[in-house]
Amino acid sequence: MNKFKFDWLILPVVGVLIILAAWHIVGGKKVYSLTTGMAELGTTVAALPEGEAQWKALAPKLKSGEIEATETKRLRPDVWEAISSSFEEKRIGLIPDLPNVVETWDSSKPYIVDPWAKRGEMDQGILRFTWYSLVLVAQGYAIALIIGVPVGFFLGLSPTFTKMFDPLIQVLRPVSPLAWLPLGLVLFMRAGPEAGTYAALFTIALCGMWPTVLNTAVGVRAVPQDYLNVGRVLKLSRWKMLTKILIPATLPYMFTGFRLSLGIAWLAIVAAEMLTGRPGAGGFLWQEYNALIYEHIIFSILTIGIVGLILDRLMSLVEARFKAIS
Amino acid sequence: MAFLELKNVSKSFGSHSVLSGVNLSIADGEFVAIVGYSGQGKTTLISLIAGLIKPDSGEVSLEGDIVTGPGPDRGLVFQNYSLLPWLSVYENIALAVDQVFPQWDAARRRTHVDKYIAMVKLSHAKDRLPKQLSGGMRQRVSVARTLAINPRILLLDEPLGALDALTRATLQDEIASIWQTERKTVILITNSVDEALLLADRIIPLTIGPGATLGESVPVSLARPRDRTALNHDPEFKRLRALVTNQLLGFNASRKTSVTKKLIRPEILPEDLDAPRVNRPPRRPDEEKRESIQIA
Repeated sequence: MNKFKFDWLILPVVGVLIILAAWHIVGGKKVYSLTTGMAELGTTVAALPEGEAQWKALAPKLKSGEIEATETKRLRPDVWEAISSSFEEKRIGLIPDLPNVVETWDSSKPYIVDPWAKRGEMDQGILRFTWYSLVLVAQGYAIALIIGVPVGFFLGLSPTFTKMFDPLIQVLRPVSPLAWLPLGLVLFMRAGPEAGTYAALFTIALCGMWPTVLNTAVGVRAVPQDYLNVGRVLKLSRWKMLTKILIPATLPYMFTGFRLSLGIAWLAIVAAEMLTGRPGAGGFLWQEYNALIYEHIIFSILTIGIVGLILDRLMSLVEARFKAIS
Repeated sequence: MAFLELKNVSKSFGSHSVLSGVNLSIADGEFVAIVGYSGQGKTTLISLIAGLIKPDSGEVSLEGDIVTGPGPDRGLVFQNYSLLPWLSVYENIALAVDQVFPQWDAARRRTHVDKYIAMVKLSHAKDRLPKQLSGGMRQRVSVARTLAINPRILLLDEPLGALDALTRATLQDEIASIWQTERKTVILITNSVDEALLLADRIIPLTIGPGATLGESVPVSLARPRDRTALNHDPEFKRLRALVTNQLLGFNASRKTSVTKKLIRPEILPEDLDAPRVNRPPRRPDEEKRESIQIA
């Protein structure tokens, strides 16, 4: 296929549009179906000020006995108020309970247009929610790196250490954040009201640590013997060998680990917030599921995905910088 | 007493004996070239002298002290430069200088580094990273780094092996002129007889492994400074080159093996166009031929 200008922009947009269209087709919509007679309804509307004209506009839309929920929003408020009791709400479509694109957008709009709003504990603008999550992720991620890097160095430097702990790491690594959180809650049960936070940090740190540990270990083992020989010929002290040669030579691998760790930390935060009910992108999702506002579930999923993508891209930029040097 | 001495040094990796019974004695200020085929233990030999690996038996001693590990008194110039890619030219050399001369003040160390960068004519590139340098420039940095720590002996492990012929010639001249001024004891490992003759006081061929050892040394009495163009017509140069080359070829001859292998020749004879076009398969000279080939 010929490469055309802006295909990097146009093709993804086309892809997104295709998926949106598919979603819209399978998604359901809300309609109101008439439970009383048309004539009765006509009298009610006609009684309102300028009611005749309103009824003339409304009547053709009601021929099928149903009116879409989006249509009712365009009616004069007092008109809809007067007649709404004559309708019954129902959802139609391939998957009736899945909100379609328009419904999702309408319902999520307040969270996007006023992203820093704070209307209540679980009713805040999306950026504010994301910020809460990011702060917690940053703390857990920092713990993961502070523990993960030295452990990775030990694994890389000492075959004995590797033999001792590698099997254990391979066992702990695939455990899902959802499984760690209850243990975290138990561990910090006596910490009082902050127990949820500590449990969340515990989960993020524990799940996010492994990519950093393993990549650092691989990086340390991959340091060319020649670099080490340079250090040996110069009789560098152990500390200088570490700071002047091992760490710089391992950095590209470490940053690959850091990037993967950040992705996992972001996965873990959603699980942690869902289970602990903290305000944040994941907590919001769970709260809206309980409140039966399905539009907001989709909105939260998209937000979590987009934030995750941005984090990954940012880390890739840093990683590429270090890769370029060596 | 010899400046550097190897007594009956042997080294094997696993069951593969690389060097056995190596004896070498080098005088202070001497430039010795060790010439040999690739993969016959030249790098192992220099690593033993540098102390990067330990001999299985025998000992290496520098000015009477037995070598037990690597150290900056034996400056090693690595075959593949081994510059640290995240440090600039200046920083690579400064790392070595700061480590070896911690007692100097910062200004003195800085002048020292700059002096050696200038010696290898890289002052214009001192802030560049190794990846921004050509192969020849990288090796000059590596040489400067080693000279800057003022080693008692300079070990050059095929320093010019990876360079193109022109760069190689330039660097040979630079090494020769640096040696003229610094007068260090040098061991040069090389696979080029010409390079050895151009630079060294004495050439020692390395025999072929397994269990390689050093052959009889050949003193090079050509006057210095040696000019590569003039040397080509020098009868003494020609004699020495023939001598060393023949010695090396001699090692190889003793080890030549011959194997027979079935060879199928791919060629097809030209078609006979006069023959009728029916049933005319390709004709081959013979389907199979037995030939003897030599594997060096």
